[in-house]
Amino acid sequence: MKQSFDAIVVGAGPAGCACGYTLAKAGLEVLVVERGKFAGAKNMWGGAFFGPTLAELIPDFWAEAPIERYVASHKLSFLTDEDCLSIEFTTPKFSQPPYNGFTVLRSKFDQWFAMKVGQAGAIVATGFQADDLLWKGNQVVGIKAGGDELPARVIIACDGVNSILAQKAGLRGEFKPQDVKQGVKEVTALPRDTIEQRFNLSGDEGIAWELIGSCTRGLPGGGFIYANKDSLSVGIVVQLNALAEKQVKANDLLEDFKRHPAVASLLDGGKLVEYSAHLIPVSGINMMPRLYTDGFLAAGDAAAFVVGTGLILEGANFAVASGVAAAETVMRAKQKGDFSARSLAYYQELLEQNFVLKDLKTFSKAPRFLENPRIYTTYPELACNLAERLFTSDGKPRKRIWQLLRESKRGKISLWQMARDLMQGKEAI
Amino acid sequence: MNPISVEDKLAVNKYYIDKDVHIKINTSICQTCDIHHCLYACPADCFKLMEEHVTFSYEGCLECGSCLIVCDKGAVEWDLPRAGFGICYQYG
Repeated sequence: MKQSFDAIVVGAGPAGCACGYTLAKAGLEVLVVERGKFAGAKNMWGGAFFGPTLAELIPDFWAEAPIERYVASHKLSFLTDEDCLSIEFTTPKFSQPPYNGFTVLRSKFDQWFAMKVGQAGAIVATGFQADDLLWKGNQVVGIKAGGDELPARVIIACDGVNSILAQKAGLRGEFKPQDVKQGVKEVTALPRDTIEQRFNLSGDEGIAWELIGSCTRGLPGGGFIYANKDSLSVGIVVQLNALAEKQVKANDLLEDFKRHPAVASLLDGGKLVEYSAHLIPVSGINMMPRLYTDGFLAAGDAAAFVVGTGLILEGANFAVASGVAAAETVMRAKQKGDFSARSLAYYQELLEQNFVLKDLKTFSKAPRFLENPRIYTTYPELACNLAERLFTSDGKPRKRIWQLLRESKRGKISLWQMARDLMQGKEAI
Repeated sequence: MNPISVEDKLAVNKYYIDKDVHIKINTSICQTCDIHHCLYACPADCFKLMEEHVTFSYEGCLECGSCLIVCDKGAVEWDLPRAGFGICYQYG
Protein backbone atom coordinates (compact mmCIF):
# COMPACT_ATOMS: atom_id res chain seq x y z
CA MET A 1 0.00 0.00 0.00
CA LYS A 2 1.14 3.56 -0.75
CA GLN A 3 2.92 5.29 2.09
CA SER A 4 1.03 8.56 2.05
CA PHE A 5 -2.38 9.66 0.84
CA ASP A 6 -4.06 12.99 0.29
CA ALA A 7 -7.09 11.61 2.10
CA ILE A 8 -8.16 8.49 3.95
CA VAL A 9 -11.91 7.89 4.06
CA VAL A 10 -13.03 5.58 6.87
CA GLY A 11 -16.15 3.58 6.05
CA ALA A 12 -17.49 2.55 2.64
CA GLY A 13 -21.17 3.38 3.14
CA PRO A 14 -23.01 6.07 1.13
CA ALA A 15 -21.08 8.96 2.75
CA GLY A 16 -17.65 7.35 2.43
CA CYS A 17 -18.24 6.13 -1.12
CA ALA A 18 -19.60 9.51 -2.28
CA CYS A 19 -16.59 11.22 -0.72
CA GLY A 20 -14.04 8.73 -2.07
CA TYR A 21 -15.62 8.80 -5.53
CA THR A 22 -15.55 12.61 -5.74
CA LEU A 23 -11.95 12.82 -4.54
CA ALA A 24 -10.72 10.05 -6.85
CA LYS A 25 -12.46 11.64 -9.86
CA ALA A 26 -10.61 14.86 -9.07
CA GLY A 27 -7.33 12.97 -9.19
CA LEU A 28 -6.46 12.93 -5.49
CA GLU A 29 -4.66 10.00 -3.89
CA VAL A 30 -7.42 8.39 -1.84
CA LEU A 31 -7.66 5.35 0.39
CA VAL A 32 -11.10 4.13 1.49
CA VAL A 33 -10.99 1.63 4.36
CA GLU A 34 -13.93 -0.58 5.34
CA ARG A 35 -13.99 -2.89 8.35
CA GLY A 36 -16.50 -5.36 6.85
CA LYS A 37 -15.37 -8.28 4.71
CA PHE A 38 -16.88 -6.28 1.85
CA ALA A 39 -18.57 -2.88 1.62
CA GLY A 40 -22.11 -3.27 2.98
CA ALA A 41 -21.32 -6.26 5.18
CA LYS A 42 -21.97 -4.20 8.32
CA ASN A 43 -24.74 -2.02 6.95
CA MET A 44 -28.49 -2.19 7.06
CA TRP A 45 -31.36 0.27 6.77
CA GLY A 46 -35.10 0.19 6.43
CA GLY A 47 -34.82 -0.21 2.76
CA ALA A 48 -35.29 2.87 0.62
CA PHE A 49 -33.47 6.06 -0.26
CA PHE A 50 -34.75 9.18 -1.88
CA GLY A 51 -33.65 12.29 -3.69
CA PRO A 52 -31.37 13.32 -6.54
CA THR A 53 -28.00 13.44 -4.75
CA LEU A 54 -26.68 10.13 -6.05
CA ALA A 55 -27.83 10.82 -9.63
CA GLU A 56 -25.94 14.12 -9.51
CA LEU A 57 -22.81 12.13 -8.72
CA ILE A 58 -23.39 9.13 -11.00
CA PRO A 59 -25.96 10.04 -13.68
CA ASP A 60 -28.46 7.29 -14.49
CA PHE A 61 -26.98 5.10 -11.75
CA TRP A 62 -30.19 3.07 -11.62
CA ALA A 63 -29.34 1.53 -14.99
CA GLU A 64 -26.30 -0.21 -13.52
CA ALA A 65 -26.67 -0.22 -9.71
CA PRO A 66 -28.23 -3.22 -7.98
CA ILE A 67 -31.39 -1.40 -6.96
CA GLU A 68 -34.40 -3.53 -6.05
CA ARG A 69 -37.35 -1.43 -7.19
CA TYR A 70 -38.13 2.23 -7.73
CA VAL A 71 -40.61 3.63 -5.21
CA ALA A 72 -43.82 4.10 -7.19
CA SER A 73 -46.08 4.24 -4.15
CA HIS A 74 -45.79 5.85 -0.71
CA LYS A 75 -48.17 4.54 1.90
CA LEU A 76 -48.77 5.73 5.46
CA SER A 77 -51.01 3.79 7.82
CA PHE A 78 -52.42 4.26 11.30
CA LEU A 79 -52.82 1.07 13.28
CA THR A 80 -54.79 -0.05 16.27
CA ASP A 81 -54.58 -3.62 17.51
CA GLU A 82 -56.92 -4.78 14.75
CA ASP A 83 -57.67 -1.86 12.47
CA CYS A 84 -55.70 0.00 9.84
CA LEU A 85 -56.40 3.33 8.14
CA SER A 86 -54.13 4.09 5.19
CA ILE A 87 -53.22 6.92 2.90
CA GLU A 88 -51.43 5.97 -0.30
CA PHE A 89 -49.88 8.33 -2.80
CA THR A 90 -48.96 7.41 -6.35
CA THR A 91 -48.02 9.53 -9.32
CA PRO A 92 -46.67 8.49 -12.73
CA LYS A 93 -43.84 11.00 -12.09
CA PHE A 94 -42.33 8.72 -9.45
CA SER A 95 -42.23 5.91 -12.04
CA GLN A 96 -40.12 7.81 -14.55
CA PRO A 97 -36.43 8.71 -14.53
CA PRO A 98 -34.89 10.27 -12.49
CA TYR A 99 -37.37 8.57 -10.11
CA ASN A 100 -38.03 9.79 -6.56
CA GLY A 101 -36.65 6.87 -4.59
CA PHE A 102 -35.49 3.29 -4.68
CA THR A 103 -35.71 0.25 -2.47
CA VAL A 104 -32.25 -1.16 -1.96
CA LEU A 105 -30.49 -3.93 -0.04
CA ARG A 106 -27.30 -2.48 1.35
CA SER A 107 -25.12 -5.53 1.12
CA LYS A 108 -25.42 -5.52 -2.67
CA PHE A 109 -25.72 -1.77 -3.18
CA ASP A 110 -22.73 -0.70 -1.08
CA GLN A 111 -20.54 -3.26 -2.85
CA TRP A 112 -21.50 -1.72 -6.17
CA PHE A 113 -20.86 1.83 -4.92
CA ALA A 114 -17.46 0.82 -3.52
CA MET A 115 -16.60 -0.81 -6.86
CA LYS A 116 -17.38 2.52 -8.58
CA VAL A 117 -15.05 4.25 -6.12
CA GLY A 118 -12.28 1.80 -7.04
CA GLN A 119 -12.93 2.33 -10.76
CA ALA A 120 -12.68 6.09 -10.22
CA GLY A 121 -9.12 5.59 -9.01
CA ALA A 122 -9.28 5.23 -5.22
CA ILE A 123 -7.82 2.29 -3.34
CA VAL A 124 -10.62 0.51 -1.49
CA ALA A 125 -9.37 -1.74 1.32
CA THR A 126 -12.04 -4.01 2.83
CA GLY A 127 -11.58 -6.09 5.97
CA PHE A 128 -9.50 -3.16 7.17
CA GLN A 129 -10.20 -1.34 10.40
CA ALA A 130 -9.08 2.13 11.45
CA ASP A 131 -8.43 1.62 15.16
CA ASP A 132 -7.18 5.06 16.06
CA LEU A 133 -5.99 8.41 14.76
CA LEU A 134 -2.42 9.57 14.22
CA TRP A 135 -1.72 12.99 15.70
CA LYS A 136 0.95 15.63 15.25
CA GLY A 137 0.20 18.14 17.97
CA ASN A 138 -3.45 19.11 17.49
CA GLN A 139 -3.52 17.99 13.87
CA VAL A 140 -4.86 14.61 12.74
CA VAL A 141 -2.27 13.26 10.31
CA GLY A 142 -3.39 9.70 9.62
CA ILE A 143 -4.84 6.51 11.04
CA LYS A 144 -3.58 3.51 12.94
CA ALA A 145 -4.79 0.17 11.62
CA GLY A 146 -3.64 -3.09 13.13
CA GLY A 147 0.05 -2.45 13.74
CA ASP A 148 0.37 -0.06 10.81
CA GLU A 149 0.44 3.71 10.71
CA LEU A 150 -1.01 5.26 7.57
CA PRO A 151 -0.32 8.97 7.13
CA ALA A 152 -2.67 11.24 5.20
CA ARG A 153 -3.24 14.97 4.95
CA VAL A 154 -6.85 14.60 6.02
CA ILE A 155 -9.11 11.88 7.46
CA ILE A 156 -12.82 11.80 6.63
CA ALA A 157 -14.79 9.79 9.20
CA CYS A 158 -17.75 8.10 7.52
CA ASP A 159 -17.80 5.30 10.07
CA GLY A 160 -21.47 5.44 10.91
CA VAL A 161 -23.70 6.29 13.83
CA ASN A 162 -21.33 4.94 16.50
CA SER A 163 -18.37 6.79 14.92
CA ILE A 164 -15.40 5.85 17.04
CA LEU A 165 -13.16 8.23 15.10
CA ALA A 166 -15.38 11.28 15.67
CA GLN A 167 -15.13 10.45 19.36
CA LYS A 168 -11.36 9.97 19.25
CA ALA A 169 -11.03 13.28 17.40
CA GLY A 170 -12.89 14.90 20.29
CA LEU A 171 -15.82 16.00 18.13
CA ARG A 172 -18.54 14.21 20.05
CA GLY A 173 -19.32 12.82 23.47
CA GLU A 174 -21.55 9.89 24.41
CA PHE A 175 -25.11 9.73 23.09
CA LYS A 176 -28.14 9.66 25.31
CA PRO A 177 -30.61 6.81 24.67
CA GLN A 178 -33.21 9.34 23.50
CA ASP A 179 -30.85 10.48 20.73
CA VAL A 180 -31.12 7.22 18.82
CA LYS A 181 -33.79 4.91 17.49
CA GLN A 182 -33.19 1.20 17.17
CA GLY A 183 -34.25 -0.43 13.92
CA VAL A 184 -34.76 -4.17 13.65
CA LYS A 185 -35.60 -5.77 10.35
CA GLU A 186 -36.37 -9.08 8.74
CA VAL A 187 -35.77 -9.75 5.09
CA THR A 188 -38.41 -12.23 4.00
CA ALA A 189 -38.07 -13.98 0.66
CA LEU A 190 -41.18 -14.34 -1.49
CA PRO A 191 -41.59 -15.04 -5.21
CA ARG A 192 -41.49 -11.91 -7.32
CA ASP A 193 -44.98 -12.34 -8.79
CA THR A 194 -46.45 -12.98 -5.32
CA ILE A 195 -45.06 -9.63 -4.13
CA GLU A 196 -46.41 -7.85 -7.20
CA GLN A 197 -49.87 -9.36 -6.77
CA ARG A 198 -50.08 -8.66 -3.05
CA PHE A 199 -48.92 -5.05 -3.33
CA ASN A 200 -50.52 -4.30 -6.69
CA LEU A 201 -47.18 -3.57 -8.36
CA SER A 202 -46.10 -4.19 -11.91
CA GLY A 203 -42.65 -4.47 -13.42
CA ASP A 204 -40.05 -2.77 -11.26
CA GLU A 205 -42.55 -0.71 -9.27
CA GLY A 206 -42.00 -0.78 -5.52
CA ILE A 207 -43.69 0.48 -2.39
CA ALA A 208 -42.42 2.29 0.70
CA TRP A 209 -44.90 1.81 3.52
CA GLU A 210 -44.67 3.35 7.00
CA LEU A 211 -47.07 2.43 9.78
CA ILE A 212 -47.70 4.27 13.04
CA GLY A 213 -49.67 3.20 16.10
CA SER A 214 -50.16 -0.06 17.96
CA CYS A 215 -47.11 -1.66 16.27
CA THR A 216 -44.87 0.13 18.78
CA ARG A 217 -47.35 -0.15 21.69
CA GLY A 218 -47.38 3.63 21.99
CA LEU A 219 -43.60 4.03 22.01
CA PRO A 220 -42.10 6.66 19.70
CA GLY A 221 -41.38 4.96 16.39
CA GLY A 222 -43.16 2.94 13.76
CA GLY A 223 -43.21 -0.05 11.48
CA PHE A 224 -42.12 -0.26 7.87
CA ILE A 225 -42.47 -2.53 4.88
CA TYR A 226 -40.50 -2.09 1.67
CA ALA A 227 -40.94 -4.26 -1.40
CA ASN A 228 -37.72 -5.53 -2.94
CA LYS A 229 -37.48 -7.62 -6.13
CA ASP A 230 -38.10 -10.97 -4.52
CA SER A 231 -38.16 -10.15 -0.83
CA LEU A 232 -39.82 -7.82 1.65
CA SER A 233 -37.99 -5.71 4.22
CA VAL A 234 -40.20 -5.67 7.31
CA GLY A 235 -39.18 -3.90 10.47
CA ILE A 236 -39.74 -1.72 13.48
CA VAL A 237 -37.98 1.47 14.53
CA VAL A 238 -38.26 2.57 18.19
CA GLN A 239 -36.65 5.17 20.41
CA LEU A 240 -33.96 3.35 22.40
CA ASN A 241 -34.74 4.90 25.79
CA ALA A 242 -38.39 3.85 25.43
CA LEU A 243 -37.46 0.19 24.89
CA ALA A 244 -35.23 0.20 27.96
CA GLU A 245 -37.58 2.14 30.23
CA LYS A 246 -40.78 0.30 29.22
CA GLN A 247 -38.94 -3.03 29.23
CA VAL A 248 -39.99 -3.92 25.71
CA LYS A 249 -37.85 -5.69 23.14
CA ALA A 250 -37.92 -4.46 19.56
CA ASN A 251 -38.11 -8.03 18.33
CA ASP A 252 -41.31 -8.64 20.32
CA LEU A 253 -42.83 -5.57 18.66
CA LEU A 254 -41.70 -6.90 15.28
CA GLU A 255 -43.33 -10.27 15.95
CA ASP A 256 -46.62 -8.55 16.91
CA PHE A 257 -46.38 -6.30 13.87
CA LYS A 258 -46.03 -9.28 11.53
CA ARG A 259 -49.23 -10.69 13.02
CA HIS A 260 -51.31 -7.55 12.57
CA PRO A 261 -54.36 -8.37 10.41
CA ALA A 262 -53.37 -5.71 7.87
CA VAL A 263 -49.87 -7.17 7.51
CA ALA A 264 -49.98 -10.92 8.19
CA SER A 265 -51.49 -12.03 4.89
CA LEU A 266 -48.91 -10.02 2.94
CA LEU A 267 -46.08 -11.98 4.53
CA ASP A 268 -47.77 -15.36 4.36
CA GLY A 269 -45.51 -18.14 3.09
CA GLY A 270 -42.41 -15.96 3.21
CA LYS A 271 -39.06 -17.36 4.27
CA LEU A 272 -36.87 -15.46 6.70
CA VAL A 273 -33.44 -14.95 5.16
CA GLU A 274 -31.91 -12.32 7.47
CA TYR A 275 -32.45 -10.54 10.77
CA SER A 276 -30.61 -7.28 11.28
CA ALA A 277 -30.43 -4.30 13.62
CA HIS A 278 -28.93 -0.84 13.57
CA LEU A 279 -29.13 2.49 15.37
CA ILE A 280 -30.37 5.68 13.73
CA PRO A 281 -29.26 9.06 15.09
CA VAL A 282 -32.56 10.95 15.42
CA SER A 283 -31.90 14.08 17.47
CA GLY A 284 -30.65 15.86 14.36
CA ILE A 285 -28.96 19.17 14.95
CA ASN A 286 -29.43 18.74 18.71
CA MET A 287 -26.92 15.87 18.75
CA MET A 288 -24.74 16.94 15.82
CA PRO A 289 -21.05 16.80 16.72
CA ARG A 290 -18.54 19.44 15.69
CA LEU A 291 -18.07 18.65 12.02
CA TYR A 292 -14.33 19.17 11.64
CA THR A 293 -11.06 19.73 13.39
CA ASP A 294 -7.47 20.07 12.16
CA GLY A 295 -6.99 17.41 9.49
CA PHE A 296 -10.34 15.73 10.16
CA LEU A 297 -13.96 15.82 8.90
CA ALA A 298 -17.06 13.78 9.79
CA ALA A 299 -19.87 12.96 7.31
CA GLY A 300 -23.06 10.89 7.09
CA ASP A 301 -24.39 9.14 10.21
CA ALA A 302 -21.06 9.86 11.92
CA ALA A 303 -22.16 13.50 11.86
CA ALA A 304 -25.78 12.55 12.79
CA PHE A 305 -27.10 13.82 9.44
CA VAL A 306 -30.57 12.28 9.60
CA VAL A 307 -33.93 14.02 9.37
CA GLY A 308 -37.12 12.41 10.67
CA THR A 309 -40.52 14.06 10.63
CA GLY A 310 -42.71 11.05 11.30
CA LEU A 311 -43.61 11.06 7.60
CA ILE A 312 -40.05 10.66 6.37
CA LEU A 313 -36.87 9.32 7.94
CA GLU A 314 -33.98 10.08 5.62
CA GLY A 315 -30.25 9.69 6.05
CA ALA A 316 -28.72 8.23 2.90
CA ASN A 317 -29.23 11.34 0.77
CA PHE A 318 -27.71 13.43 3.57
CA ALA A 319 -24.82 10.97 3.70
CA VAL A 320 -24.14 11.31 -0.04
CA ALA A 321 -24.49 15.12 0.01
CA SER A 322 -22.22 15.48 3.04
CA GLY A 323 -19.67 13.06 1.56
CA VAL A 324 -19.51 15.19 -1.58
CA ALA A 325 -19.26 18.41 0.46
CA ALA A 326 -16.41 16.89 2.49
CA ALA A 327 -14.63 15.95 -0.74
CA GLU A 328 -15.03 19.46 -2.17
CA THR A 329 -13.64 20.87 1.06
CA VAL A 330 -10.62 18.57 0.85
CA MET A 331 -10.00 19.50 -2.80
CA ARG A 332 -10.00 23.19 -1.89
CA ALA A 333 -7.77 22.55 1.12
CA LYS A 334 -5.28 20.74 -1.09
CA GLN A 335 -5.16 23.66 -3.52
CA LYS A 336 -4.47 26.01 -0.64
CA GLY A 337 -2.09 23.55 0.97
CA ASP A 338 -3.95 24.10 4.24
CA PHE A 339 -5.73 21.31 6.11
CA SER A 340 -6.18 23.23 9.34
CA ALA A 341 -9.60 23.54 10.99
CA ARG A 342 -9.81 27.09 9.66
CA SER A 343 -9.51 25.83 6.11
CA LEU A 344 -11.84 22.87 6.67
CA ALA A 345 -14.52 25.21 8.07
CA TYR A 346 -15.51 25.55 4.40
CA TYR A 347 -17.28 22.16 4.89
CA GLN A 348 -19.82 23.71 7.23
CA GLU A 349 -20.34 26.61 4.80
CA LEU A 350 -21.12 24.16 1.99
CA LEU A 351 -23.55 22.20 4.16
CA GLU A 352 -25.29 25.39 5.20
CA GLN A 353 -25.74 26.32 1.55
CA ASN A 354 -27.27 23.00 0.48
CA PHE A 355 -30.15 21.05 2.00
CA VAL A 356 -28.17 19.18 4.66
CA LEU A 357 -27.95 21.79 7.42
CA LYS A 358 -31.00 23.68 6.14
CA ASP A 359 -33.19 20.60 6.66
CA LEU A 360 -31.60 19.81 10.02
CA LYS A 361 -32.37 23.36 11.15
CA THR A 362 -35.89 23.42 9.67
CA PHE A 363 -36.75 20.24 11.59
CA SER A 364 -34.78 20.93 14.76
CA LYS A 365 -37.95 20.68 16.87
CA ALA A 366 -39.18 17.48 15.20
CA PRO A 367 -37.27 14.99 17.41
CA ARG A 368 -38.89 16.22 20.64
CA PHE A 369 -42.30 16.65 19.00
CA LEU A 370 -42.16 13.02 17.85
CA GLU A 371 -41.78 11.88 21.46
CA ASN A 372 -45.42 12.85 22.09
CA PRO A 373 -47.05 9.47 22.92
CA ARG A 374 -50.45 10.61 21.59
CA ILE A 375 -49.03 10.36 18.05
CA TYR A 376 -48.69 6.61 18.56
CA THR A 377 -51.79 5.93 20.65
CA THR A 378 -54.61 8.46 20.78
CA TYR A 379 -54.46 9.74 17.20
CA PRO A 380 -54.23 6.38 15.40
CA GLU A 381 -57.10 5.13 17.60
CA LEU A 382 -59.11 8.24 16.86
CA ALA A 383 -58.46 7.97 13.11
CA CYS A 384 -59.40 4.28 12.96
CA ASN A 385 -62.44 4.77 15.16
CA LEU A 386 -63.69 7.63 13.01
CA ALA A 387 -63.10 5.64 9.81
CA GLU A 388 -65.01 2.68 11.23
CA ARG A 389 -67.97 4.91 12.13
CA LEU A 390 -67.87 6.55 8.71
CA PHE A 391 -67.84 3.28 6.81
CA THR A 392 -70.01 1.07 9.03
CA SER A 393 -73.50 0.57 7.68
CA ASP A 394 -75.57 -0.65 10.61
CA GLY A 395 -79.08 0.39 9.61
CA LYS A 396 -79.15 3.25 12.13
CA PRO A 397 -79.57 6.90 11.12
CA ARG A 398 -76.24 8.37 9.98
CA LYS A 399 -74.50 11.31 11.61
CA ARG A 400 -72.40 14.11 10.19
CA ILE A 401 -68.58 13.77 10.27
CA TRP A 402 -68.09 16.46 12.91
CA GLN A 403 -70.55 14.71 15.22
CA LEU A 404 -68.77 11.39 14.68
CA LEU A 405 -65.42 12.99 15.41
CA ARG A 406 -66.70 14.44 18.67
CA GLU A 407 -68.06 11.05 19.68
CA SER A 408 -64.82 9.29 18.68
CA LYS A 409 -62.64 11.58 20.74
CA ARG A 410 -64.91 11.57 23.80
CA GLY A 411 -62.99 10.42 26.87
CA LYS A 412 -59.77 10.18 24.83
CA ILE A 413 -58.65 13.71 24.25
CA SER A 414 -59.94 17.28 24.54
CA LEU A 415 -60.22 19.68 21.62
CA TRP A 416 -57.89 21.96 23.54
CA GLN A 417 -55.21 19.23 23.70
CA MET A 418 -55.66 18.44 20.01
CA ALA A 419 -55.22 22.11 19.14
CA ARG A 420 -52.06 22.30 21.25
CA ASP A 421 -50.59 19.19 19.59
CA LEU A 422 -51.49 20.62 16.20
CA MET A 423 -49.72 23.89 16.97
CA GLN A 424 -46.62 22.03 18.13
CA GLY A 425 -46.73 19.92 14.99
CA LYS A 426 -47.02 23.04 12.88
CA GLU A 427 -43.81 24.36 14.48
CA ALA A 428 -41.96 21.05 14.32
CA ILE A 429 -42.78 19.30 11.07
CA MET B 1 -47.48 -18.20 11.87
CA ASN B 2 -45.66 -18.89 15.14
CA PRO B 3 -43.42 -16.27 16.70
CA ILE B 4 -39.78 -16.76 15.79
CA SER B 5 -37.30 -16.48 18.63
CA VAL B 6 -34.34 -14.14 18.32
CA GLU B 7 -32.08 -17.18 18.57
CA ASP B 8 -33.71 -18.78 15.54
CA LYS B 9 -33.46 -15.52 13.62
CA LEU B 10 -29.76 -15.15 14.33
CA ALA B 11 -29.28 -18.69 13.08
CA VAL B 12 -30.11 -17.62 9.52
CA ASN B 13 -27.55 -14.78 9.62
CA LYS B 14 -23.99 -15.12 8.38
CA TYR B 15 -21.27 -14.51 10.96
CA TYR B 16 -17.53 -14.86 11.02
CA ILE B 17 -17.09 -15.50 14.72
CA ASP B 18 -13.77 -14.46 16.18
CA LYS B 19 -12.14 -16.20 19.12
CA ASP B 20 -11.59 -12.74 20.64
CA VAL B 21 -14.53 -11.30 22.59
CA HIS B 22 -15.20 -7.72 21.41
CA ILE B 23 -17.61 -6.62 24.16
CA LYS B 24 -16.95 -7.24 27.83
CA ILE B 25 -19.25 -6.53 30.74
CA ASN B 26 -18.19 -5.77 34.25
CA THR B 27 -20.44 -8.15 36.16
CA SER B 28 -19.55 -6.66 39.52
CA ILE B 29 -21.22 -3.44 38.35
CA CYS B 30 -24.18 -5.44 36.96
CA GLN B 31 -24.65 -6.92 40.47
CA THR B 32 -25.40 -3.45 41.76
CA CYS B 33 -27.84 -2.66 38.91
CA ASP B 34 -31.56 -3.32 39.33
CA ILE B 35 -32.89 -1.93 36.06
CA HIS B 36 -30.97 -4.03 33.51
CA HIS B 37 -31.79 -1.88 30.48
CA CYS B 38 -29.36 -4.03 28.48
CA LEU B 39 -31.79 -6.98 28.55
CA TYR B 40 -34.37 -5.02 26.56
CA ALA B 41 -32.08 -2.88 24.45
CA CYS B 42 -30.07 -5.68 22.86
CA PRO B 43 -31.86 -6.75 19.65
CA ALA B 44 -29.84 -9.98 19.55
CA ASP B 45 -30.62 -11.10 23.12
CA CYS B 46 -26.91 -11.23 23.93
CA PHE B 47 -27.69 -10.17 27.51
CA LYS B 48 -29.54 -12.68 29.67
CA LEU B 49 -30.50 -12.81 33.30
CA MET B 50 -29.57 -16.13 34.86
CA GLU B 51 -30.39 -16.54 38.52
CA GLU B 52 -30.22 -12.77 39.00
CA HIS B 53 -26.84 -12.52 37.24
CA VAL B 54 -26.42 -10.75 33.91
CA THR B 55 -24.60 -12.87 31.38
CA PHE B 56 -23.35 -11.79 27.99
CA SER B 57 -22.53 -13.79 24.88
CA TYR B 58 -20.92 -11.99 21.97
CA GLU B 59 -21.45 -14.46 19.14
CA GLY B 60 -24.84 -13.19 17.93
CA CYS B 61 -23.99 -9.49 18.35
CA LEU B 62 -25.30 -7.29 15.53
CA GLU B 63 -22.81 -4.52 16.45
CA CYS B 64 -25.53 -1.86 16.84
CA GLY B 65 -24.11 -0.19 19.96
CA SER B 66 -27.41 -0.10 21.91
CA CYS B 67 -25.96 -1.76 25.02
CA LEU B 68 -23.23 0.83 25.40
CA ILE B 69 -25.73 3.69 25.14
CA VAL B 70 -28.37 2.34 27.54
CA CYS B 71 -25.98 1.24 30.28
CA ASP B 72 -25.57 4.34 32.40
CA LYS B 73 -23.53 2.40 34.98
CA GLY B 74 -20.54 2.06 32.68
CA ALA B 75 -20.54 -1.75 32.84
CA VAL B 76 -20.21 -2.23 29.07
CA GLU B 77 -16.73 -2.13 27.62
CA TRP B 78 -17.72 -1.83 23.98
CA ASP B 79 -15.65 -2.34 20.89
CA LEU B 80 -16.14 -3.62 17.37
CA PRO B 81 -15.04 -7.10 16.36
CA ARG B 82 -11.70 -7.26 14.58
CA ALA B 83 -11.80 -6.33 10.89
CA GLY B 84 -13.54 -8.98 8.81
CA PHE B 85 -15.15 -10.68 11.83
CA GLY B 86 -18.63 -10.45 13.30
CA ILE B 87 -21.92 -10.04 11.46
CA CYS B 88 -21.70 -10.21 7.68
CA TYR B 89 -24.98 -9.07 6.14
CA GLN B 90 -25.90 -10.73 2.87
CA TYR B 91 -28.98 -8.52 2.34
CA GLY B 92 -28.84 -5.51 4.66
